[in-house]
Amino acid sequence: MTSGLTRYILRRLVHSVGLLLLISMLGFTIPRLAPGGPAQFLEDPRIGPDFRARVIESFGLNDPLPIQYLKWLGNVARLDFGYSFVDRRPVIEKIWERIPATFQLSLASFVLGLLGIPLGVYAALRRGRWQDQAIRVFTVLGNALPHWWLGLMLLILSASTLRIFPLGGMYTVGNGSLPDRLWHLALPALIGALGGWIGFSRFVRSEILDILGQDYIRTAQAKGLGSRVVLYGHALRNALIPIVTMLGGVLSGLFSGSVLFETTFSWPGLGRMSVDAAFQRDFPVLMALTVIFSALLIFGNLLADIAYGWVDPRVRYD
Amino acid sequence: MAALWLLVAVVLLTVVAPVIAQSVFGLDPYRQTLTQRFQAPSLAHPSGTDDLGRDVLARTLVAGRVSLLIGLTIALVSLLIGVPVGLASGFYGGRFDDLSNAVIQTLSNIPALFLLIMISTTLPRDPVLRPFLLAVIIGALGWMGTARLVRGTAFSVRERDYVLAARALGASDGRVIFQHVLPNVFSLVTVIAGFDIAGGILAESALSYLGLGVLPPTASWGSMLAGSLENVTRAPWLVLFPGLAIFLTALSIFLLADGLRDALDPRLKA
Repeated sequence: MTSGLTRYILRRLVHSVGLLLLISMLGFTIPRLAPGGPAQFLEDPRIGPDFRARVIESFGLNDPLPIQYLKWLGNVARLDFGYSFVDRRPVIEKIWERIPATFQLSLASFVLGLLGIPLGVYAALRRGRWQDQAIRVFTVLGNALPHWWLGLMLLILSASTLRIFPLGGMYTVGNGSLPDRLWHLALPALIGALGGWIGFSRFVRSEILDILGQDYIRTAQAKGLGSRVVLYGHALRNALIPIVTMLGGVLSGLFSGSVLFETTFSWPGLGRMSVDAAFQRDFPVLMALTVIFSALLIFGNLLADIAYGWVDPRVRYD
Repeated sequence: MAALWLLVAVVLLTVVAPVIAQSVFGLDPYRQTLTQRFQAPSLAHPSGTDDLGRDVLARTLVAGRVSLLIGLTIALVSLLIGVPVGLASGFYGGRFDDLSNAVIQTLSNIPALFLLIMISTTLPRDPVLRPFLLAVIIGALGWMGTARLVRGTAFSVRERDYVLAARALGASDGRVIFQHVLPNVFSLVTVIAGFDIAGGILAESALSYLGLGVLPPTASWGSMLAGSLENVTRAPWLVLFPGLAIFLTALSIFLLADGLRDALDPRLKA
């Protein structure tokens, strides 16, 4: 078992490195396909030709492509992602200072989103009754509704009649107190939690209904255990196991954040940074974000698969 | 049933209504009237006007054509890749299955939205080519779920007695796939198509909302919402109507696909 697991992890690690190399090639090649090439930001007619040539040289864009790629890759391996085209600051520094904002919002959304689990349990217990129907209607509506648009509509409400929430940002300028920050966090986090409520509640509901039909539940009931013990000790614990597989997405999501919600709520995180970088054709930043988020996603998925075998002994690695 | 009528209404509105609105009521989605900027909804402009004085109702209707076409293209591309891959790997298994699994694993490990953001910087600004390429790329990045579902069904059908019987009668692989496996995945594919179209519309609207998808002056529901943040306080109707259109369209397609699933194949019922 142990050696099987070790071999499995080793094999997955090798795959992950290969996959990352592949993604790094994609991330390197795509900017070269852009009209005007990676130095498109220099197309401004006010920029003189000799200055343009000097900047292109200083970013190493005159080297042959394979050399450029290998240089970049070598730097990336040392966590050096080069300099931003826009303000010439180190990319890693720009990314680093955005992480706390992203992490704050993602974590709050995720924790609030976990409320979807009790919602799913409740729906399963009330199967077919109006409570179950109501939760079903909520999930169907929530799937068709663009959550960022709902966020915009709530902003409209906050701007006009119901002046409960601020119109974006992380804090009021000149007031960085905790209540003020929480007040700014509330609406984005609630909108961000919607996905969790919908996803978890559906998932947990169907898992629980599935498990309640299993033989070991009947056994537990037959030996006279209370319905509470059967539900929480047997059904819920087993229903939560497959949620571990979602861990990979969650882990990378905590850092990459949500492009859409950060844009909607003027939240200064990495998601919005990537959109800004796309507008400014700041390719070093875009390339860095692609590589970092891919690495996080791959690593998260690997962790999730290992954890899955740990919580569910039925899983075999071979 | 209500979902079907709602969908029919949306499609008819986007296809026919812009013509009627233009010829009968004189509402031109592209005519700019700079003296009529940011007009609140009124009798003359039932959904108000935008920052260039264009009629929002007329624009929302015309934008529907673009959004629906993009949704359809995304679904088509994703089915054209996902169904054959799923069929082949479910039916043949073995090495082909391993290969397609590896590709699916790889694609699932790529943060699709970031890749799309990056790719969006390389797309041409052409009003026809850009939405088309966008749809093809979104579809090409999102066929993995389809392939997995089709693979599962194909795999289980392969083991049925009637397939064995057909083989015993000397049927070729092609005949078994087209006569026995394909009809069995057909209802599943219909349902997936519905979810893909709605999902495609939502994906396009999100990307265009960020300003990286369909670009002005072409109107899609998403691109009408680009820069909405400025309109939140100034012109809420600019945010309300395109979003409502996305919501109602996606909802009707989802409900229809749900209903189709129950009607076509009771075994798939949740």
